[in-house]
Amino acid sequence: MPAAISVKDLRKSFGELEAVRGVGFEVEAGEVFGFLGPNGAGKTTTINMLCTLAKPTSGSATVAGFDVVASRDDVRRHIGLVFQDPTLDGYLTAEQNLRLHAELYGVEKALVAPRMQQVLEMVGLWERRDGQVLAFSGGMRRRLEIARGLMHSPRVLFLDEPTIGLDPQTRNSIWGYIRQLQESEEITIFMTTHYMDEAEFCGRIAIMDHGEIVALDTPEALKEQVGADRIRIETDDDGAAIEAIEARFGLEAGISEGAVTFAVPDGEEFVPRLFAELGVPIRSVSLSRPTLDDVFMSHTGTTIRDAEETDGGAKAKNKFAAQMMGGGRR
Amino acid sequence: MSAPGTGTATAPASASARTGGADGGGPPVVTVTVPPRSFRSELRAIKVVWRRELIRFRSERVRIVTSLAQPLLFLFVLGSGLQQLSAASTDGVDLKTFIYPGVLCISVMFTAMFSAASIVWDREFGFLREMMVAPVRRSSIVIGKCFGGATVASLQGVILLALAWTVDVPYSVSLILGVFLLQLLLAFSITAFGVMAAARIKQMQSFMGLMQLVVMPMFFISGALFPVTNLPGWLAFLNRIDPLTYAVSPMRSIVFNHLDLSKQAEASLNPGITWFGWTVPMALEIFTVFALGMAMLGIAIWEFNSGE
Repeated sequence: MPAAISVKDLRKSFGELEAVRGVGFEVEAGEVFGFLGPNGAGKTTTINMLCTLAKPTSGSATVAGFDVVASRDDVRRHIGLVFQDPTLDGYLTAEQNLRLHAELYGVEKALVAPRMQQVLEMVGLWERRDGQVLAFSGGMRRRLEIARGLMHSPRVLFLDEPTIGLDPQTRNSIWGYIRQLQESEEITIFMTTHYMDEAEFCGRIAIMDHGEIVALDTPEALKEQVGADRIRIETDDDGAAIEAIEARFGLEAGISEGAVTFAVPDGEEFVPRLFAELGVPIRSVSLSRPTLDDVFMSHTGTTIRDAEETDGGAKAKNKFAAQMMGGGRR
Repeated sequence: MSAPGTGTATAPASASARTGGADGGGPPVVTVTVPPRSFRSELRAIKVVWRRELIRFRSERVRIVTSLAQPLLFLFVLGSGLQQLSAASTDGVDLKTFIYPGVLCISVMFTAMFSAASIVWDREFGFLREMMVAPVRRSSIVIGKCFGGATVASLQGVILLALAWTVDVPYSVSLILGVFLLQLLLAFSITAFGVMAAARIKQMQSFMGLMQLVVMPMFFISGALFPVTNLPGWLAFLNRIDPLTYAVSPMRSIVFNHLDLSKQAEASLNPGITWFGWTVPMALEIFTVFALGMAMLGIAIWEFNSGE
């Protein structure tokens, strides 16, 4: 089976700024492929090029077998899009929004009603089909956007931050739809996210940072590559602790989210040695198996949240997203 | 074209089947296909964009009423008020009757501009993007929008047309038909103008500013409220380059043809437009409106094609 998405040395510059610096990857048909990275890493720019919304500066990409520059319309016929920002007509009802979409895409008339029922039932909005979208909550709107993106049976569904700003319950149900879709339809899903815990659900993920792909594999393989367990300690003198860790154990430590953090194989056996030999008073210690956060850290030298705090602020949206993340976790 | 077999099978309530993903035993999936772009699919796109304008117009009853307020103010308040001053110089014609054709034009103009303004809203609320990424020509979207604006504005015009009796204009089939068709043409051209402007304008406030800066002067200069003879030179010049002039003049001719007017009144109140002393025939006036509309439609399409 040919690849659903094939990208070769794709680049995009905005004036001086090189937002995407030569990325290349393939997504197989039927895969759920996650694109991960902090805001401003170039994820949305990449997705826009794949959706024919932005022209690549150089390089090439095919989606569903069609070149994104030469066969723009063919690409568009075969992809569904759910953007970060809402694109519904609030004055129309849910049904009117879907019908309008079906007309724009030239869906055969006899199939519009059954297909609409199917996608609306999937996202649990069939009962609300006559409701005006203005009266819908944020979660309902996002679900309706997903239903609309599926209305014309796309071969590839692009989801740009589909769960951003949503409550945990809606996030879970959106992941439920994605799994359900994988089972029921022949569809490839390409999504961006900066929620590390969600990336676990993807078949494969690519981590993007500063316009480049720094890692690409299954979540399990990426975590295995990190290999080590992660230890976080709170100390009376973080600077001295970092020096001591380097001097005594030959390990490189850094400060992440207010605590000294470092990686070490066989963490359980290491902790007693740490207490005995560090020489800096330790107030608390925690040990964790590698997560995708650690994967991100090992490839970029920073956590995704720290990356956003330093890089971000360019867009007001970033701040909003960071708040949503902080609020959801702490 | 059609999906094999599954066409008539309506989807069962799949919510209950969410957890049971038994391989191959899931609910039948309705799969649709998107045909390659064709003339027919473009027509469908034009039609659905047009229909959306009508749906929105119908749901905005308040807008129908509020956008009637301005023309009615001009017609009845300004018309009745100034009548006191001008009775002598209108040769026995009621001032309301005189400005009625002009008011027919402006009501269409304001409604059409508001229709075009919805593109700016669509951009702010993201819906424009949904239309822009569809596998249809952008020209189809723009044409649908212009047809929509033209239809909505003409419907609004019909309400004013129904008020003809209040200003002593007798009804006749030719009057209604003539006025309606001219309104349709004017509304189309104005919507095209508005869409052309909206292609570049990203914020509603700026669009409203444009209305104040361009549309109001266009209206005042057009001769909707005064005859265009014996104007001071600078105003005559502005009047001749104002596109709305070429809609107001034939509109007035259509209405006046159905009135019993003295030769003198006809000559002073509906002199027709002159270019360096040459009286422009009505057909050319109407053609000017049409040509300008098509030119602006062309620019609008070009702008939307070159964007993004």
